[in-house]
Amino acid sequence: MVNKTSFLPTLTLLFGFAFLYAPIVILIIFSFNAGKLVSVWAGFSTQWYGELLHNEQILRAAWVSIKIAVVNATIATILGTLGAYGLSRFGAFKGRTLFTGMMTAPLVMPDVITGLATLLLFVGIGWTRGMSTITIAHITFSLAFVAVIVRARVSALDQSLEEAAMDLGARPVKTFIVITIPMLAPALVAGWLLAFTLSLDDLVIASFVAGPGASTLPMVVFSKVRLGVSPEINALGTLIVLLVALCIAVAAWIFHRQEQERLRDQQAAERG
Amino acid sequence: MASSTPETGKAAGQSRRFGIPGRYLVISAPYVWLLLFFLAPFAIVFNISFSSAIIAQPPYTALFDWSTGLIPQIRGTLSGYGFLLSDELYAVAYLNSIKIALVSTMLCLMIGYPMAYGIARAPAARRNTLLMLVILPFWTSFLIRVYAWIGILKNNGVLNNALISLGLIDEPLPMMHNAFSVYVGIVYSYLPFMILPLYANLAKMDESLLEAAADLGCRPWKAFLFITLPLSFPGIIAGSMLVFIPAVGEFVIPALLGGPDTLMIGKVLWNEFFHNRDWPVASAVAIAMLVLLVAPIVIFQHYQAREDDN
Amino acid sequence: MVNKSSWFAPKEVPYICIENVTKRFGGFVAVDNVSLEIHRGELFSLLGPSGCGKTTLLRMLAGLETPSEGRILVDGQDTTNIPPYDRPVNMMFQSYALFPHMTVEKNVAFGLRQDNMPPHDIDARAKEMLELVQLMNFAKRKPAQLSGGQRQRVALARSLAKYPKLLLLDEPLAALDKKLREQTQFELMNIQEKTGVTFIVVTHDQEEAMTLSTRIAVMNDGVIRQVGTPSEVYEFPNTRYVADFVGSINLFEGDVTDSPDTEHVTIRSEEVAVEFKLDAFVELPIGAKVAVAIRPEKIAISKDKPEQEENICRGKVDEIAYQGSLSIYQVELPGGKLVRVTAPNLTRTAERPIDWDEEVWLCWGRHAGVVLSD
Repeated sequence: MVNKTSFLPTLTLLFGFAFLYAPIVILIIFSFNAGKLVSVWAGFSTQWYGELLHNEQILRAAWVSIKIAVVNATIATILGTLGAYGLSRFGAFKGRTLFTGMMTAPLVMPDVITGLATLLLFVGIGWTRGMSTITIAHITFSLAFVAVIVRARVSALDQSLEEAAMDLGARPVKTFIVITIPMLAPALVAGWLLAFTLSLDDLVIASFVAGPGASTLPMVVFSKVRLGVSPEINALGTLIVLLVALCIAVAAWIFHRQEQERLRDQQAAERG
Repeated sequence: MASSTPETGKAAGQSRRFGIPGRYLVISAPYVWLLLFFLAPFAIVFNISFSSAIIAQPPYTALFDWSTGLIPQIRGTLSGYGFLLSDELYAVAYLNSIKIALVSTMLCLMIGYPMAYGIARAPAARRNTLLMLVILPFWTSFLIRVYAWIGILKNNGVLNNALISLGLIDEPLPMMHNAFSVYVGIVYSYLPFMILPLYANLAKMDESLLEAAADLGCRPWKAFLFITLPLSFPGIIAGSMLVFIPAVGEFVIPALLGGPDTLMIGKVLWNEFFHNRDWPVASAVAIAMLVLLVAPIVIFQHYQAREDDN
Repeated sequence: MVNKSSWFAPKEVPYICIENVTKRFGGFVAVDNVSLEIHRGELFSLLGPSGCGKTTLLRMLAGLETPSEGRILVDGQDTTNIPPYDRPVNMMFQSYALFPHMTVEKNVAFGLRQDNMPPHDIDARAKEMLELVQLMNFAKRKPAQLSGGQRQRVALARSLAKYPKLLLLDEPLAALDKKLREQTQFELMNIQEKTGVTFIVVTHDQEEAMTLSTRIAVMNDGVIRQVGTPSEVYEFPNTRYVADFVGSINLFEGDVTDSPDTEHVTIRSEEVAVEFKLDAFVELPIGAKVAVAIRPEKIAISKDKPEQEENICRGKVDEIAYQGSLSIYQVELPGGKLVRVTAPNLTRTAERPIDWDEEVWLCWGRHAGVVLSD
């Protein structure tokens, strides 16, 4: 009965997805354009990929970005998980309100404010700016995003599993490691990947806190695109989209296989 | 405790780890991190916004004069704020930001709500795929996705070329470097942030409530109006705040897609900082923006906390 | 079939007619060609384990599911294709489905407002309903501020407010604890009597079905196994399934060895080496494989040999469960089969109480057992 009214949502879904994906599709198409203009088709060519792969500046920046993203994702996942676990399991504690505030505010805080504030801290305490400062600034906002994902999972967890482990003699730390962490694993992976992406994606905060030596990929891309369109950037965008699509396809395949296995096991159990 | 053997002492310590001290051990790492790198910076920005600019490295007068001993003397000035009030540019950018963020939020809500509703009501097997499609663009570079719109919207861009070749228009429509392109960019970039909390809310809504409404004689559209819509209010708030707050301070979109009439406060801050190197004014702009955003942030956190309680 | 006749007044036209209704979800048949007739003023129960199709059948009556085949008539009107919001049928949901953002009063008035009733009448009706369920003092509260029992009564008031021709109740008492459930059963019967509305109750609890209902339909695997009054279903189950599902039962497999007429039968059970002489209605040839079903309370247990010659056997007490008003004995027969016997505890202290591992005699009358042939 309810489904008869789903015509409008279906239509907006189609329109919405077209809106979300059209720019990406066009970006990919014009990355294979032979001409320098990204909007007028001048024949098929892969020359921009060649130029991209020989662009020292972009490659160096990409390497810097990846290093920062990996360190950021790892530390942010650890800190975010601890924070999320504390917030959803410890009930009321002293300073909880402040802690909740600091864990959620970075989710919405405009980048320009965070970037400026963090920079002033580093200047104030005389910290040499560079990759380390970018990483620290990224961890600070990434951990809040990790915490959101982990928290959803922690609240969905059956607390009696942890209680059962402790009842059977596992100490709290051991319980956390052998019971809680494995059950949180999907959220930890998702959180890590999100933190990685956020870091790889950030332009504004990195621009503020970067020293003269360290340029991240978005900083280089921004300096190029503000001068106008460049087919090299299309090629770069296409590579990123392909990489993400590949990762998601692999993840979906693994998930699908696990689900199938689970269903098979369940059916076997019911039969047996 | 002092008289106990090492073994019992250790056991007691271990068991207490599950008590209050253990909690603080878990919390302390992220807590200290956020105090140091999130809260402390804001205190500094607040202070610096009261200092005056001198061209130096760093380009602001030391607000704290440590030479007088442990208690620093604060040498404050309001010149940064005075500057904000004296130049019309700032007020225009400020109001522009609010207007653009507000309209974008409304647009996101109008597109995002039916989409979230459609996903939440889709067959369970298809739901995850649709959700994935919403999140997917988010995983690819934000900067490059905004950049992609330049190629579409500019005068000899894909859209204008297509419209001209179809004979619908003779002259290219001005779709770049104006309000239109900024709205497109913001709605495009922030739409997933609207859809996700709305979806989370709509998906967990008890379907039997709608069945009960229908059973009591309520037609589907009225059931939507009286049951679904009021119950999804927390999702609407969360999604709107997730769009509105960052949109107010957005820099990349007005920088790449905007023009002179779409000056936004984030871009002003950026210019003050990187071009004029006036850190106190930049800080004052940041504080002014923060003041504007305090209410929405508090509302967002309030609803977030309430969602957590349920 | 023991009972296919209608309830109380066989001549009356049935109020609800379910005609050959089938519901398929993909390849799964939830409800399989079900036909039922229910009369005005009945309190009818659909009883069965979870997944038996009873809730699906109820949802089709409410219009929340459309039958794949067949049709449903309410008061002579074919409702099969009427959407739920246009039906003279209301439902009380298992989860109660109270609107969390509305007060008790608003919840109760919701259905009336959909019918564009004048505000004054709505207020009066809502008040009447809240009085009926004794929640006058809670009108301004939100559902979250009520106890489980109070919520249940709000749900009942809301579904009754429109004076429906038929009220459907999906596990109405399942969410309440035992004590409250017993008390509420009687309230529910009272309200049904007071309002005269026809009730159809879905339940998995056979005790609840027996207490509440005028008639019970036992369902399993989408099929109705038996329809009858509580005592018919309990005393004359027509299949092993019904016998086993409603109450507890002892089943003895055996063969018909003698059947002089349709009223008398002798069955020899090899597994317990006992001969059953029963006065039961059977039309079976000699040698037919059957089961004798005897309820635990219809078997007598004693330490001394009873006087009767037939329907008697020896056994050893394996387990005793003392339950206050009665005790349940599990007795092992020579073949190893365990038989369940209940006996009331008539005195506070028995002189010679039956103990574990004691040899006892079991016996039963000619009317105690039912012969099942399915």
